[in-house]
Amino acid sequence: MEGLLSVSVGTVFWASISFLIVLFLLSKFAWKPIVQSLKEREEGIANALNEADRARLEMQKLQAGNEQLLKEAREERDQILKDAKAVAEKLRAEAVAKTQADADRMIAAAKAEIETQKKAAITELKNSVATLSIDIAEKLVREKLSDSDKQKALNQAMAADISAN
Amino acid sequence: MPNLLENFKTNIAKTFVICLLSVFGTTVAVASGTDHAGEEKFRPGDMIMHHISDAHQIHIVGRIYIPLPVIIYNHGHLDMFMSSNFWNGFDAHGELQFKPYTASSGTTYENHHEIIYISEGEQAHHEPLAYAQVGHEVLVDSSAHATDSLAVVTAPVEDTHAAHGHKALDFSITKSVAGMLFILVLMVIIFLNVAKTYKQRKGQAPKGLQNLLEPFILFVRNEVAVPSIGKKKADRYVPFLLTVFFFIWMCNLLGLIPFLGGFNITGTMSITLVLAMIVFVITSFSGNGHYWGHIFWPPGIPFGIKLILVPIEILSIFIKPTVLMIRLTANITAGHIIILAFVGLVLLFGQSSAVAGYSVGIGAVIFMVFMFFIELLVAFLQAYVFTLLAALYFGDATQEHHHEEAHH
Repeated sequence: MEGLLSVSVGTVFWASISFLIVLFLLSKFAWKPIVQSLKEREEGIANALNEADRARLEMQKLQAGNEQLLKEAREERDQILKDAKAVAEKLRAEAVAKTQADADRMIAAAKAEIETQKKAAITELKNSVATLSIDIAEKLVREKLSDSDKQKALNQAMAADISAN
Repeated sequence: MPNLLENFKTNIAKTFVICLLSVFGTTVAVASGTDHAGEEKFRPGDMIMHHISDAHQIHIVGRIYIPLPVIIYNHGHLDMFMSSNFWNGFDAHGELQFKPYTASSGTTYENHHEIIYISEGEQAHHEPLAYAQVGHEVLVDSSAHATDSLAVVTAPVEDTHAAHGHKALDFSITKSVAGMLFILVLMVIIFLNVAKTYKQRKGQAPKGLQNLLEPFILFVRNEVAVPSIGKKKADRYVPFLLTVFFFIWMCNLLGLIPFLGGFNITGTMSITLVLAMIVFVITSFSGNGHYWGHIFWPPGIPFGIKLILVPIEILSIFIKPTVLMIRLTANITAGHIIILAFVGLVLLFGQSSAVAGYSVGIGAVIFMVFMFFIELLVAFLQAYVFTLLAALYFGDATQEHHHEEAHH
């Protein structure tokens, strides 16, 4: 108890030796692996954060790409629809035109047929009328020529007709 | 959060009980003494010094002591024996008494106030007190015809050093050395274990002891070493800083545990001296040209001022570690003294009357609890301050050149 501030050689000796040994042991076998693992973990965390950031950016990019794709798809769909409509319109127009043409042609054919038929009918009618007229005229002539009087009268009438002409 | 609060509350309760027990325990120990010899006065100063000084045995409580090995280097040979060989029963106060001991080598040693002396001659102890006080010469004369070296000494112990021969070269495992060795072994066990956990649980979240200590390891590395030394060079000094930080902190905490002998490891100058010396050696060896240049030839300062400044700078190389040493010793010792002073206060009043003792005791315990909390903080703080200052010195020594241009 030689005052608190005295220094004992023995204590200094033991403290130096033991502290330095422990310092060496801990530095080599404890602090080195501990600090190493801490560093690795820190790096790991930093890497993970970076990765997450990058993934987020990529996601954003992907989303933007998706949107672009969607837009393109929509445009394409619109285009296709438009095209389809045009085609349909065209087809319809063609169909209409074709139908019209068919109808026209059929009408024309019908008209021609009708004309032919009409002509035939007229011809037939004319023939029938002629036959009938001849028959009637025959009958009339026979009648007129059945007696002399009448023959005379007819002659006269016909002569009168002719002379009147 | 409520869990934490709950913990804190139980901790308060525990500390309180410990304080109470320590006061009560010491009271019992001393009370048994005062019963026998009412005349003798209790001297708080002695009690305090007894607790904070280094010793060759660990005082647990009352009359329970743990002996420690005494190792003495004496003229080319080592004498080793247990300190219990010095013990000579207890006096009326229950205080340990000492007697000389003759080692197997034939040399007789004496433990006088925890300093080992080589007895110059056994006759000195047989002489009456008055004769012994005559002086050194008389004792040297009488040593010539000293024969019965095994004589048991019962004479009262004198205070004059001359009566005890000369100081022995003492390499004993004293209380502080034992405490220090215990902490160092504990540190090796704990941190090797933690290092193993780190290796086994690579890349996983920390667990258990590792989880408990990691914040402090990170604190020393990221808050102490890196800001003071710089990221690039810090790694070289981190092992030392971590070792010193945990060593000081654990030693400080050990000193706060009652019934463990009242260790005052970091309040022992010899031990803080070693720590400071290591800091000094590391600082000097890592000092670059820039560091030494600033000390021996500070740039940009007139010659006249240089004459004054250079000696101051040279002195500061030694002052810095000295300050480290004294600050730690003084802070830790002061904390112990304050707590012990409160104990002494209780015992002092208890001596005059039991009522006074108990009533003062109530107040003293409250203050002691308060002091214990402050000491818990100081235990950490001083470890931090020592580590931080050591790191700053290392940083100073390894500072790069570009700083020089900054203050031109």
